[in-house]
Amino acid sequence: MMQPSAPPASPQTTARSKVARADRWFRGLATGFGLSILGLMALLTLALFIDAWPAIRHFGLRFLTSSEWNYVDQFGALPYIWGTIYSSLLGLLLSLPVSLGVAIFLAEIASGSLRTPLSFLVEMLAAIPSVVYGLWGIFVLVPIVRTVETWLNAHFGFIPLFAGAPFGVDMFSAAVVLAIMITPTIASVSRDVLLAVPASQREAALALGATRWESIKVAFSNAWSGIVGAIILGLGRALGETMAVTMVIGNTATISFSLLSPAYSMAAVLANEFSEAVNELHIASLVTIGLLLFAVTFILNSLSRWLVGRLTARATGEGSVRV
Amino acid sequence: MNQPNQATMSALIYQRRRWTDRLMTLLTTLAVLVAVVPLFGILIYVLIQGASVINWDFFSKLPTPVGEPGGGMLNALVGSTILVVLAAAIGLPIGLFSAIYLAEYGHGRLATAIRFVTEVLNGVPSIVVGIFAYAIVVRPLHHFSALAGGIALGLMMIPTVTRTAEEMIRMVPNSLREAGLALGLPRWRVIVSIVLPTAANGIITGIMLAIARISGETAPLLFTALNNSFLSVNLLQPVSSLPVQIYTYATTPYEELHRMAWGAAFVLVMIVLVVNMVTRLLTRSGYHMHR
Repeated sequence: MMQPSAPPASPQTTARSKVARADRWFRGLATGFGLSILGLMALLTLALFIDAWPAIRHFGLRFLTSSEWNYVDQFGALPYIWGTIYSSLLGLLLSLPVSLGVAIFLAEIASGSLRTPLSFLVEMLAAIPSVVYGLWGIFVLVPIVRTVETWLNAHFGFIPLFAGAPFGVDMFSAAVVLAIMITPTIASVSRDVLLAVPASQREAALALGATRWESIKVAFSNAWSGIVGAIILGLGRALGETMAVTMVIGNTATISFSLLSPAYSMAAVLANEFSEAVNELHIASLVTIGLLLFAVTFILNSLSRWLVGRLTARATGEGSVRV
Repeated sequence: MNQPNQATMSALIYQRRRWTDRLMTLLTTLAVLVAVVPLFGILIYVLIQGASVINWDFFSKLPTPVGEPGGGMLNALVGSTILVVLAAAIGLPIGLFSAIYLAEYGHGRLATAIRFVTEVLNGVPSIVVGIFAYAIVVRPLHHFSALAGGIALGLMMIPTVTRTAEEMIRMVPNSLREAGLALGLPRWRVIVSIVLPTAANGIITGIMLAIARISGETAPLLFTALNNSFLSVNLLQPVSSLPVQIYTYATTPYEELHRMAWGAAFVLVMIVLVVNMVTRLLTRSGYHMHR
């Protein structure tokens, strides 16, 4: 920052220039470590591209549309892509009413003394390791889901959504686990976005005779784009989630709308096959799946960051703080 | 429409609006209950299933072959410790110095770029980080190793450490820096001896949370550190870890291994719980101090 220009040498100025040099060193060190993050990220992207290249060159877009995966020379990721997208969207659908309800409760309804402990509990839900969710999923959730599915299948089996044998280890379980896991993300970001809406908006609504729910609707419509950002962030989390999904989705490469059908996901196939893959094309195909996950989550996270950041920055820019 | 009729109409509408209000309040309260049920469900289950498995053998013995009673998870406990220490050795310097750069020196495009990339890194699916560690460590060395696992976990620590440390350093009042500079301290001395100690509480909190988070990570270890049923402290050999052991045991058909998995889950959940509660207390007391 401050670099004194060097006047003719005297004991004092050499001491000062020593200090300046130490300062430059320290600054260089900090900058270097900062740059190393950029370097690591570039290296990560590059490594993924290089390792994925044989599969990309060999299959091109066919990789995305083919369902054949024979471990020798045919690799198509469609069932995995389907499983990832379908399970994530189902999880999102299940999570939305709950997570938005939690966000509204925490931001608008709960009193201060209730907000802190409840926020803590919701954040704890995000801190539990995903493999523990998977363990719990296998031994607690799956039997429950199986019971529900048996009933659904017996009564509504004619609907394609509930067709098939109720195994429990299937799309439905995966969606439920994902819903539980992304709820804290969506809830806490939406809560922050709602809290960033100036109190004056709600007060104006209340002063016009609105009920509390109507004033919440006003705040909600103001925060809408940020809440979309929170939802996108949750979707990104769901798409990349590995362990819990791998443990309950059934790991069978099928494409079906049925909730009762076992399925497979992109992250799950990586978890199951990567350490044992020896065939170069097989490895490259798996890395391509990783690259796809990376690209999609990158886009979703950037979008979400932009949507959420815009709102919260505007709110703090106005200096409106709601206590 | 005549006068009284209109009055009853508006009264009805008002009633409806009040009932909607009550209904929605009830529904959001219900949503909180629904969200918290799985948390308690998991905690209680892990406590009940896990606590019965935890004994001295669990911490001091190696796994026995299936069918033989007894045995513990010493290999996984030692392995997890090695991995976390390695991760910290990689993630902490990068995270802390980057935070110093961002908070003290960073302006303009470079700082924005670093902040953005840190956020991106935070969102990268953990299994993709594993692929990266495989590409840069496992493949060149030709075998799975603790080193590769540690690097993968270290990479995952960076965003949490950088972000919290930057925020904490920024919260240090400028007057403290100015006082130091006015006394003739060079800038780096001000940072090292004044700013960092002042922000230490918050920074340590961030580090602890980051460590708690990575100690439960499984996906990046599956094809880096792999697993090892023996005790190993060699950084260039595969090493076991608690989360990978949970995954392996949970997917076998053996009842006793399931019990061991619950025991390991108990240990992991305890780490996460304790760290989160302690950091909460730390930050709260810190907050009051600064007031």
